[in-house]
Amino acid sequence: MKRLSGFVLFALACIATPFIFPDNYYVTVVGLTIFVNIILAVSLNLLMGYAGQISLGHAAFFGLGAYSSAILTIKYGVNPWAAMAAGALFVLVLSYVLARPILRLKGHYLAMATLGLGIIVHIFFVQADQLTGGPDGISGLPTLSLFGVPIDSDMKWYWVLCSYMLLSVLFSLNIADSRAGRALSAIHGSDIAAETMGINTSKVKSHIFVFSALMASVAGSLFAHQQNFVSPESFSFFFSIELVTMVVLGGLGSTFGAVIGAFLLSILPEVLIVFEDFEVLIFGAILIVIMIFLPEGLFVALRNKATMLLSRRLGES
Amino acid sequence: MALLDVKNLGKKFGGLKAISDLSFSVPENIIFSIIGPNGAGKTTLFNLLTNIYPPTSGSIFYNGREITRMPPYRIARLGISRTFQNLQVFLNMSAIENVMVGCHLRSKSGLMASAIRLPSVIREEKEVRRMAEKALEFCGLSEFSHKPAAGLPYGLLKKLEVARSLASKPRLLLMDEPAAGLNDTETTELCGLIRQIRDSGITVLLVEHNMSLVMEISDKVLVLNYGKLLAHGAPKDIQENPEVVAAYLGE
Repeated sequence: MKRLSGFVLFALACIATPFIFPDNYYVTVVGLTIFVNIILAVSLNLLMGYAGQISLGHAAFFGLGAYSSAILTIKYGVNPWAAMAAGALFVLVLSYVLARPILRLKGHYLAMATLGLGIIVHIFFVQADQLTGGPDGISGLPTLSLFGVPIDSDMKWYWVLCSYMLLSVLFSLNIADSRAGRALSAIHGSDIAAETMGINTSKVKSHIFVFSALMASVAGSLFAHQQNFVSPESFSFFFSIELVTMVVLGGLGSTFGAVIGAFLLSILPEVLIVFEDFEVLIFGAILIVIMIFLPEGLFVALRNKATMLLSRRLGES
Repeated sequence: MALLDVKNLGKKFGGLKAISDLSFSVPENIIFSIIGPNGAGKTTLFNLLTNIYPPTSGSIFYNGREITRMPPYRIARLGISRTFQNLQVFLNMSAIENVMVGCHLRSKSGLMASAIRLPSVIREEKEVRRMAEKALEFCGLSEFSHKPAAGLPYGLLKKLEVARSLASKPRLLLMDEPAAGLNDTETTELCGLIRQIRDSGITVLLVEHNMSLVMEISDKVLVLNYGKLLAHGAPKDIQENPEVVAAYLGE
């Protein structure tokens, strides 16, 4: 099982952390945000890193999942799991309908179109106040239960989000190393050659777009229940940009790159709080320095350096 | 019956006639070369055959079936593969992964099955790897299989494109200037490789500027000039054709 050794180590680390640091704010509170961000970054990386299709509107699908859960459970009394499924179904249909026309665009035009999608959805959250509660959002979601056990503590949420996060990472790793993943990389490498090799590029692109949107939607539903509150702020254009930054910072096209990027971008603001007024400044400076010196992304650059050193060492002996 | 039948094919780019009223047919299992001065429309012809862009007029039949304006991936499905003049290697992948993409049509695992990695996916993955290794070996690339494509020299990338195409088990292979930029030794190797490809039962359509290569290996040669058919026949007849000599040497 050499292929998944990295994943197993990562999973063990995630499981061990709450036992090593019990009742730690960074584990049980920040940890939950980190997990959600990892899921989103990993799902965005499928589209952006593997298939090379930029999306500046990923937060929209995250938000649609969250709002579907909030609206259906609170206003219509729907069972939380059914609401989550309904949200996912809605996102599936929406992303499927949008995929073909949007993904026909390339480069800057695709960036603009997805940006527009994100902004429109955000405006909807703010403006449709009858349904969405407007800028104030909606609070008071019912507690989610799993097999009869209510998920009502930070620690229980840790395990739920951790499981979904690990599942997303595993899916992403599996896809990367498969016929479907190679088709995505081929589209990234050369659209024309991919098509000439028999890959129906528009179909493959729209499938991964839908898949990635679905992952984000389910993450949104869980996030809404965990926070017990949804508001448009969490799903703005800025959050979409932050997700793109996570993927690029860690290393485009690498699942663990997305994981590291999401981890760093979630934990840095928390750690930098000690600098008070200079927090944002230092945060920005760190991002700039990483991108100047490690343009292929933190994780990818370090991994490449490590393999290079290793092969040199092996070559010498 | 001919494997490929081109009838009155035409392509205009604005006012420019890149290909006009071109008709020819390619019998099965031969090396069929298309030559002509720069700008004669050779690469355009390949792009029309694989529908990278659609023709303005005329039609293309493959194995008795019309493929004009069919999406490129469906044309590939019918058994037509190609290499590119300006390389289109997947530089973000290793050599063997490039060739494994070539096996796309010979495997079938979908996105969901791959995500949960069903046993059938694992089995197919092994099979695909074996097929890719075979194609790499055929093209003499075995030792580079795990190297990133971006790090390979030009000559090997050209071969890699051939290996990728062969991995799809085509019946018709379109090769666009495979010898361009290769040195003499590499060209001789390529010569042998193209012959081997034909002998394995694949029809080769070759666009090439290297005349000695073309004359040596082709079974048939077609000469294009300004998008029109200038001559058509066995290599020896083409060499002696005064019109062809005039087109190349400028009267």
